[in-house]
Amino acid sequence: MTSARRLQSGGLVDRSRRIRFKFNGRDYFGHPGDTLASALLAQGVRLFGRSFKYHRRRGVVGAGAEEPNALVQVGEGAYSTPNLKATQVELYDGLTARTVNGWPSLAFDIGAINNRLSRLLPAGFYYKTFMWPKSAWMRYEHHIRHAAGLGRTPSLPDPDQYDKRHAHCDVLVVGAGPTGLIAALGAARSGARVMMVDEQSQLGGSLLSAPAVIGGQAGLDWAGEVEAELRALPEVTILSRSTVTGYYDHNFLSVNERRTDHLGPAQSDTPGSRERLWRIRAKQVVLATGAIERPLVFDGNDTPGVMLASAVSTYIHRYAVAPGRSGVVFTNNDSGYQAAIDMSNAGMEVRAVVDVRMTAGADVAKTVADMGIPVYLGYVVPSVQSGLQGLKRIEMAKLSADGRAILSHKGLVDCQVLAVSGGWSPVVHLHSQSGGRPCYRESQACFVPGTSVQDERSAGACAGSFSLAACLQEGADAGVSAAAQSGWPGGYVDIPVAVERDEAPLQPLWEVPAGALAGDRVKKFLDFQNDTTASDIRLAAREGYRSIEHVKRYTALGFGTDQGKLGNINGLAILAETLGKSPGEVGTTTFRPNYTPVTFGTVAGRALGEQLFDPVRKTAIHAWHVRRGAMFENVGQWKRPWFYPREGEEMHAAVNRECLATRSSVGVLDASTLGKIDIRGPDASRFLNLLYTNNWDNLQPGRCRYGFMLGEDGMVMDDGVTTCIASDHYLMTTTTGGAAAVMSWMERWLQTEWPELKVYLTSVTDHWSVMSVAGPNARAVIKTAGCDRNLDAEAFPFMSMQSGEVAGIPARISRISFSGESAFEISVDANQGLALWEAIMTAGRDYDITPYGTEAMHVLRAEKGYVIVGQDTDGSVTPVDLGMDWIVSKKKDFIGKRSLSRSDTDRPNRKQLVGLKTQDPSRVLPEGAQLVNTPQAERPVPMVGHVSSSYYSAHLGHSIALALVKGGLSRMGGTIYAHLMDGSVVPATICSPIFFDPENERTKS
Amino acid sequence: MLQIECPWCGARDQEEFQYGGEAHIVRPENPDSLTDAHWADYLFNRTNVKGVHAEQWCHAAGCRRWFNVLRDTMSYKILAAYRPGEQPPGSEE
Ligand SMILES: [Zn+2]
Repeated sequence: MTSARRLQSGGLVDRSRRIRFKFNGRDYFGHPGDTLASALLAQGVRLFGRSFKYHRRRGVVGAGAEEPNALVQVGEGAYSTPNLKATQVELYDGLTARTVNGWPSLAFDIGAINNRLSRLLPAGFYYKTFMWPKSAWMRYEHHIRHAAGLGRTPSLPDPDQYDKRHAHCDVLVVGAGPTGLIAALGAARSGARVMMVDEQSQLGGSLLSAPAVIGGQAGLDWAGEVEAELRALPEVTILSRSTVTGYYDHNFLSVNERRTDHLGPAQSDTPGSRERLWRIRAKQVVLATGAIERPLVFDGNDTPGVMLASAVSTYIHRYAVAPGRSGVVFTNNDSGYQAAIDMSNAGMEVRAVVDVRMTAGADVAKTVADMGIPVYLGYVVPSVQSGLQGLKRIEMAKLSADGRAILSHKGLVDCQVLAVSGGWSPVVHLHSQSGGRPCYRESQACFVPGTSVQDERSAGACAGSFSLAACLQEGADAGVSAAAQSGWPGGYVDIPVAVERDEAPLQPLWEVPAGALAGDRVKKFLDFQNDTTASDIRLAAREGYRSIEHVKRYTALGFGTDQGKLGNINGLAILAETLGKSPGEVGTTTFRPNYTPVTFGTVAGRALGEQLFDPVRKTAIHAWHVRRGAMFENVGQWKRPWFYPREGEEMHAAVNRECLATRSSVGVLDASTLGKIDIRGPDASRFLNLLYTNNWDNLQPGRCRYGFMLGEDGMVMDDGVTTCIASDHYLMTTTTGGAAAVMSWMERWLQTEWPELKVYLTSVTDHWSVMSVAGPNARAVIKTAGCDRNLDAEAFPFMSMQSGEVAGIPARISRISFSGESAFEISVDANQGLALWEAIMTAGRDYDITPYGTEAMHVLRAEKGYVIVGQDTDGSVTPVDLGMDWIVSKKKDFIGKRSLSRSDTDRPNRKQLVGLKTQDPSRVLPEGAQLVNTPQAERPVPMVGHVSSSYYSAHLGHSIALALVKGGLSRMGGTIYAHLMDGSVVPATICSPIFFDPENERTKS
Repeated sequence: MLQIECPWCGARDQEEFQYGGEAHIVRPENPDSLTDAHWADYLFNRTNVKGVHAEQWCHAAGCRRWFNVLRDTMSYKILAAYRPGEQPPGSEE
């Protein structure tokens, strides 16, 4: 285990301590300060993965968030995280990492066969195979799916905690390079509340990667002084290892803070969160997000050893790693020269600087010449040669003046590293997300921020100002003015002197013609992760794609986890050239959040499970149901007993038993979940008249009435029984699932349309426990439990309510029935609910009282033809469709009334509620079954309705169903057919939906 | 995420609010006297403006009160928030 490429001195790594880790099963080590990428490069590792489509060997290209190739799965088991960039993974003791796309092994990869078959996999391959013919997709799917994986999702529950924080600040500075640091200082000195967010482990940005002198001192020393002053200010918050991932409306930004990833899974045991999602509302934002260098597009530009020039400098300066023994620079601008200077200073043999321009900046040209590095002006690298471990040599050739042809072959140069620079792309992502439109700046061949839409400004390299002096000036101005605009005018900062270099302008070079080394399979890569090449873009243009958004989707350009940070600009420029437009005319694709991937854990935070994500509501009697072995059903957020199976009893047997017990003796249902709204005020009945279809003027205290609530479109929205407690006091019940919506509905009308009505609403759903005691022996059971009211039918008629005591507990007793039985609904303070339930169960022992669940409730109500809103109605059903014209008042206005006489709601042959009896009485139709008029018919068969409720009725001895059928009310006695999934056809007879006790003799008894 | 100024509670995050569609649509006094077309206009037709839109919001996870907001549907900038029954600011002239 050696560190052959580690420099003897320099860098920001602590050579005194070794950190051991595993990569693809082999042992390596690095030092504090290393990333996974720098430590592997230091030990001579050049292959980091395989590409997604052609499975070409790939090495590290970049040194940060832009890295497209070196994707790794870090950690084991539940801790494991896929698709991290090795360039951003900080080392910790015992770290394990695997290449995500190297199946079955990095050295031998079956997917590489795709590379040889690449003519069969052009741009749009996936689209074309998906679309036509279908069979082709079937043929390739297995192979493609197997080869296409990028990392593995951990299959164990995540043991770590994640959390969220909300913050407000006056000025948010994004990025802590020289621009961001001076901006934060200028703003913070005003006293403003400043947050500075930076994605790296250490502040300094570009100063970490390149030597710089600021105000006469080393760049990082200056940064350290600024950081110290900022940290001493009480209103300043600095977030490191934190990425601003999204810029949303009204200056709302999301930040992903990685708190313990750099410490490893050992931290999982300590309290606190692994990652944190900050939600920041900033008065003003300073974007100082820097710029990302662009690769050059030439044949074989994906060969391991071809790296961004700035990344080469970063590995040398920050990590003290020389990424090879020998290097060449290929550039179209001055900044590439820095890599030559750095490589030479690091002891690498720099064999050439290949510059497509005819003139280089005087300062860099002189430095390079003084170092004895040969410079080839007007030359390009059109092709490269690689061996098993990556780059071996490059070809140099003279480019024609128009850039379209190779004029002469200059020769081959052996080298392990080719540092490339195609210019810089300002990181305009957040500006764009904020609503700004980046515009093309011809002189620098890059997109820069356009007009600000929100309260933000860009400064420094992300605004296209690449010199250190300009960054400091713009950063200072931005920070001071942002603070002033947020109400803190006192900011100030002296701008320290930075050396300006004499620069020659960049010469755009979007694509290099293929050279002599190129075989017949030229591949010039734009998007390394998706293997999108220059010829893919031209193919898309040939096939008629013009918009960059379409070309992106057709070629998968920029679809990877790096979101095209390297390749998108080159891609759109090549499209522009193909279409004869300028890059500015083609424009960028939309920059969307998130800037870098965010884990699901971070998105979820603590909003997990029943406690905090989707809270569960339980009635006061819940524990009893659990003890009794109930199976539960979710209704909204409520857990309701579904049925109570006895030992070894199937669901249908249990439901039949519960139904029969209720019909023959007595059953009891926990009805506490029904929505309950307390309505008070002198205008309460006027309001009810507007809400419900029927008339409420004449309802006397102590009486109950059933009502339908419609939307203004005339469709049934909710139903329930409302009780008059006093002339200015009502208690409304709603469906369990509709309670909150009905409450909001009523509040809205009162506040926005009828504010003059004196009505006050209170949601009292949870205040009451309600149980329905139903069946021929219901009265006897309550008498046995003890009741101070006369329960006889004459003294206590159906649809009335009395206050009294049951089993010594103060109660409201109502004669309401959803089962079709003689029933008493008893409501008590929720705290007394369980006591009453137990008293009723004890009193009912001699009557074999049977608790029944929602399934039996459904059967019992369906026997009576009572609809369930949301099951037998679907938002397109009026009360008339349900055959319930009797509940619709002709005299008064109510919400939805006018809609009932619209031409469509008034037409005959609407779907209407009917009952169905299958001709084979044991056959239970599936709910949702489609109904047609004939047993056999030519397709397409006209659908005339569907089954909405369907059960076996043990009491009646046959199946029953409710259905919505076109013109059903006029088809009584007719036959209709259900065509089922298994191909069978079930005939059924249309009948009244009321199967049991149509005269209501039981309910009234 | 929008920041909305509840006329009663002040500026709060959008996630506390519920959107209610276009504002200032008055329920007709005598629906029965309307033609189908007039009723449909009240019931279904909305202006769907590109630009400044008067709309209803409810501070559902706060004071639960409804109010009106003027919002630019292009920039999402909120120009005003005002109580029910009030006219949008600047509409007097
Ligand atoms: Zn409020």
